Parts: sequence; structure tokens; C-alpha cells
Amino acid sequence: MAQFLTDSAVELCDVVKQFGDVAAVDHVSMAIRQKEFFSMLGPSGCGKTTCLRLIAGFEQPTKGDIRINGQLMGDTPAFQRNVNTVFQSYALFPHLTVAQNVGFGLEMKRVASDEIKRRVKEALELVRLPQMADRHPKQMSGGQQQRVALARALVNRPQVLLLDEPLGALDLKLRKEMQIELKNLQTQVGITFIYVTHDQEEALTMSDRICVMSKGKALQIGSPLEIYERPNCRFVADFIGETNFLDGKVLQINGEFGEIEVSGRKFVGRIGEGVRVGDKAMMSIRPEKMLLVDKPNPNALNTYETRVASIAYVGSDTRIIVKLGDTQVDVWEQNSQSTLDPSYFFKPGEAAWLTFKPENALVIKE
Amino acid sequence: MQKNSSTRLFGLMFPGAFWLIAFFFLPILLIVGISFLTKGDSGSPELPLTIDNYSRTFGEEYLTLFGRSLWISLISTILTVIIAFPVTIWIVRLPKKWRDMAIFLVMIPFWTNFLLRTYALRFMFLNEGPFMRAINGVWVDTLGNENEIELLFTQFSVMLGLVYGNLPFMILPLYASLEKFDWTLLEAASDLGADVWRSFVRVMLPLTAPGLIAGSILVFVPAIGNYITVELMGGGKSQMIGRTIAQQFSTANNWPFGAALSLIMMVVVTAAALVYFRVGRGEQAR
Ligand SMILES: Nc1ncnc2c1ncn2[C@@H]1O[C@H](COP(=O)(O)OP(=O)(O)OP(=O)(O)O)[C@@H](O)[C@H]1O
Ligand SMILES: [Mg+2]
Repeated sequence: MAQFLTDSAVELCDVVKQFGDVAAVDHVSMAIRQKEFFSMLGPSGCGKTTCLRLIAGFEQPTKGDIRINGQLMGDTPAFQRNVNTVFQSYALFPHLTVAQNVGFGLEMKRVASDEIKRRVKEALELVRLPQMADRHPKQMSGGQQQRVALARALVNRPQVLLLDEPLGALDLKLRKEMQIELKNLQTQVGITFIYVTHDQEEALTMSDRICVMSKGKALQIGSPLEIYERPNCRFVADFIGETNFLDGKVLQINGEFGEIEVSGRKFVGRIGEGVRVGDKAMMSIRPEKMLLVDKPNPNALNTYETRVASIAYVGSDTRIIVKLGDTQVDVWEQNSQSTLDPSYFFKPGEAAWLTFKPENALVIKE
Repeated sequence: MQKNSSTRLFGLMFPGAFWLIAFFFLPILLIVGISFLTKGDSGSPELPLTIDNYSRTFGEEYLTLFGRSLWISLISTILTVIIAFPVTIWIVRLPKKWRDMAIFLVMIPFWTNFLLRTYALRFMFLNEGPFMRAINGVWVDTLGNENEIELLFTQFSVMLGLVYGNLPFMILPLYASLEKFDWTLLEAASDLGADVWRSFVRVMLPLTAPGLIAGSILVFVPAIGNYITVELMGGGKSQMIGRTIAQQFSTANNWPFGAALSLIMMVVVTAAALVYFRVGRGEQAR
């Protein structure tokens, strides 16, 4: 069970949300820190939106507690929670102008009208739409609507901003731009962002920490580096980036490292959480962490002869598939050497020695 | 070329124009004509021309009648809205197959003659009927009140009859508006700190205004002109303008006066509807 800090922005404690037979959120615990950019990442239907809706107060948990700024939410209705949501569909009010949309939250809190005017103007400047105040949402592009939705939420200065795939409807280029803009904005306003996405690259580039979810469960919570370099299970390793799995059996463990046997070959790697001698386990190695060489260093660990199956040149690197016995292994070689020399490349059918460092290989449980 | 296209236009417009002239303008012209004639001894309108029919309309008796008709129609329209809104919201939120079923059920009463339905309603309010007898049984015998409750032949029973008869005309246009309503907007409103009532007033109401306005007019206008409900549910006690007009054309046999009353009613209702549309449109633009 996670240790909860009282100064967390949002805490979920063993939260379950059941829809009929489906557990959309299944015993999830997490503590989101103040001013953190926290992402929830996972495939479609894994319960990300449901988590956000539970925090926002649109749904009530079947079991478990939610705290916002240390306060137990219980059945506090959505309109009394000091969080704001940026909806995936933006949910802008079509009958109101941009300024009226942005000012809606302040109006509901009965803020004086000249202060509303001032803060709406500020918020629109923050999202770089100051000249659009009198337009209606229909008259704006998707990216502009997205910014209005952001301004409408930020103008209330919430403790926590919940964003449900806010860039999902935008094209790739605009998406990249908005990612940078959003991240800058978050640093600037200093508000906790809880950001839902199913785009792993987006999560990796923007987040302070990521929670990887699958089937309603929070599998791993950690910094992008931890998630990518030290996945704690097969799903996380597989979902984030590309990886090679070598299935085998743990032979021995020596401190942080251990030895695993994979169809007669022995490999050494970093031992993951909860792995014991004799367990069936797998080794996960990222393709870019492997090297192909002509002549092996006789003393090196994790070095075996393979046969090149295919080669694809993709500009920045070359993607090679080799056969290690019956197992296919992906190897990405960065083209940092001159690539005009044809002898630089391996050819299909050639023999090549595969090697990787033990600290770059991770032994994880089934 | 020019001539050709204008003949074509005329050809296209002709059926509609003919319809409008034959069945709308001509009858109205006829009524305008009759309203300036005098009641003959045999009952049929005769010369000389007169404006007596109009001056009689502005007498106190008929102004009160107009006032009461507008009042009863207005209240019954408001009651219809109050009942129809939650019912329609409930229907729209039903799962798809139940929703179609519910709308079908709303329309079913149309297949029965309105007169028959009103008689059925009247039977329910009749003190000799089983329904009121049960109620009065409890009211007098169990609760020990002295007098029986009488609902029939009151302003209340007329309003109830109007609400009952007009409810589908409110539900159907409201349904059309509410079906297009994006429910995440209510979540957005509540996310921004609006309680249920303010979410309704500031978000749902303006966005369903077209259906509400159309429905109100569809309910209000026939309510003013209604005479079957007024006759059967109100007896003689709760006279409304529609029934008076009907009587002028039948028992009283005074067509000129009936014609004058109808025209004035038409002007009043049209003016009211126009103002209402204007206000409603302004509300939406806000
Ligand atoms: N109101 C509801 N009624 C019934 N089941 C629901 C409801 N809302 C969500 N679910 C179910 O809960 C699970 C999680 O849904 P959720 O919307 O949280 O997924 P998600 O991770 O946001 O997916 P996506 O990336 O597609 O948006 C799904 O299996 C979904 O069908
Ligand atoms: Mg979702």
C-alpha cells in the first residue's frame, strides 16, 4: 500500500469504480504531488477517463477514498470541488461567446463583473487568443477551441486541472506545438495537471510522473525515465516504446543482478522487483540498447552469434532483425558513423554477434 | 431566358400560392366581410354595413372574457411546460429502444378522437364516477371533512383538460431540441461551479429554447381557441372566447358578431406569438 503524504494535491486510496460487472477502476491508489505534471497513460478502455471523472466528482467511487488537498471528498458534488476539467470534446457552451465561456466559472462564484472582465482578458492573453473574445465557439478552429477550453478552466485558478486527452482531436503538427505550449503554461501557472492520454510519446515528453494503467489497474507510477528504463512488468515494458522479450528461467541472483537461462543460453541482467531464483521470468532489452559486432570480445557477457534476417534503413538509424536461435530480435543501430560506405551495413544472411550490457537488460516477472 | 426562368418560378410557386389563396386568404376575407354585416332575422348576415359588432367586443363583458381566456391559456401553457420538461428529459435519457417506445406512447392518444378523450377525462372528474367517489370516500368518511371535493366545472378542471390535451404538442418539439442537447455541457457547467438549477437556467434552457418556444405556441394558440374542453370540463362556469365564438355561429346564430370576435382573437394571438418569438430569439442570442 502506498504511503500517503498529507501535502499531496490529489490522493486516491484503494479506489474501485464498478459499472455493473466491469471494474473500470480496480483498487487504484496514487498520490499526486503539488504542482506536478502527472499523466495517466494506458490503452483505450483502461479506466483513465473514469479516474478523472471520480476526481472531478462526476462519478462516485464504489469503494475507496479520494482526497483533494488533504480533504476527504466523500460525496461532495462536482460544483463544490476546487478542480476544473478540460474535456476531450471541449464542451464549450455554443450559445455563449468566448469571453462568456471563459467567465462562466467566475460568474458562478459571483465574482464582481469588472474583475471577471479583467481575469477573462488575462486568461485569453495567457492562451494567446486576446482578439477572439466576442466570437462564438462555432467560429473557431479546433486548436483555438482547445485553448478556450483551457482558458475557461485556468481562469478559476483551480488547485488541480484535469485534462482528458485535450489534444486528441488535433492534427499531429498542432498537437506537438500544443504539447510544448501546455507544458510551458503549466510551469508558468504552477497548477497541478492531471493529464490523460493514450499517446506514450506525449506522456514521456510532458510529464513529471506517469501512471501506466491497464484494465482498471495502476501498474506502475514513476518518472518517464523510470517507466522507460525500469518497467516493473511485461505490460509496461511492452506498452512504452519497443522492446525485445526473451523468456526463460532465473538461475541465480547476486545483488542487483541475476542470471537467466533462455533456451540454453545464459544472460545477465538487472533483477526487477519480486523476481526470485527458479521463477519463470523474461528479459526485456530495448532495441536501441543492443549492438551488432563482427568480432566478439571473448570476455563479454550477453554475447551470442546470430544471423541477420532483414535490414531496414530509416535515416536516423538502421533497424535490423536478427535470429538468435529461433527467436527474432530487433536491433536499432544509430547511424552515427558514415553511412555512405556500403561495407558499414550487415547483409541479410550474414553472421553477426549480438551484445548488450547487463545494466541495460531487465529481468521481470511474467 | 429571363422570361423563361420567371415562368418557371411561377410554375413552381403556383401550387403553394393557390393553396394559400384558396384556403387561407379567401376564408379570412370572407370573415372580414361578414364581420361588418348585420344579423338578419332569419339568422343569415344581411346589409347594412356596421361596426357595431366591433364596438360590442370592446364592452366590459367581452374584455373580461378575453382576459380570462388569455389567463387560462397562459397558466395551462406554463403547467404544460412544467410537466413536459422533466418528462421529456426522462424520455431522452432512456436507452434507445425504450426512447422510441416512449415517444410512440406519447403519440398514441392522437389516434383517438379528441372529443372522446375529453369525455373520458370528464368521467374521471365526475363526482358520480368511481375515481372521484374513491377520493371523496377518503376525504369525507376517513378524514371527516364536511363537503365533497368537486373538481369538474371549475377553472382548474378546464386548465387540467387543456394540459392533458396539449401535452404531446409540447413534448414532441421539446424532444426534438433535447435530443440534440450535448449532456457533457451540464457536466462542464457543474465543473465550473454551477449547481443543478443554474446549470439548467444558463445552459440547458437557452439551448432548448427553440423547442420550448415552438411547443409553447403550439399549446397556447389552440388553448385560446379551444371550445370542446371548455364545454365539457368547464360547463357554463368557465367561459372562454373559443366557446363564445362557437356559440355565436351555432345557437346564437349571430355570424357577424362571431366573425368580429374571431378576427380580434386572431390579431391578439398573432401579436402575442410575435412578441414571444422576438423575446425568445433575444434570449437565445444572449
Ligand atoms: N457510464 C458507464 N457505464 C458503463 N460502463 C462504463 C461507463 N463509463 C465507462 N465504462 C466502462 O469502463 C471502462 C473504462 O472506461 P474509460 O472511459 O475510463 O476508459 P478510458 O481509459 O478513458 O478509454 P479511452 O482511451 O477509450 O477514452 C470501459 O470498459 C468502459 O466501457
Ligand atoms: Mg477516455
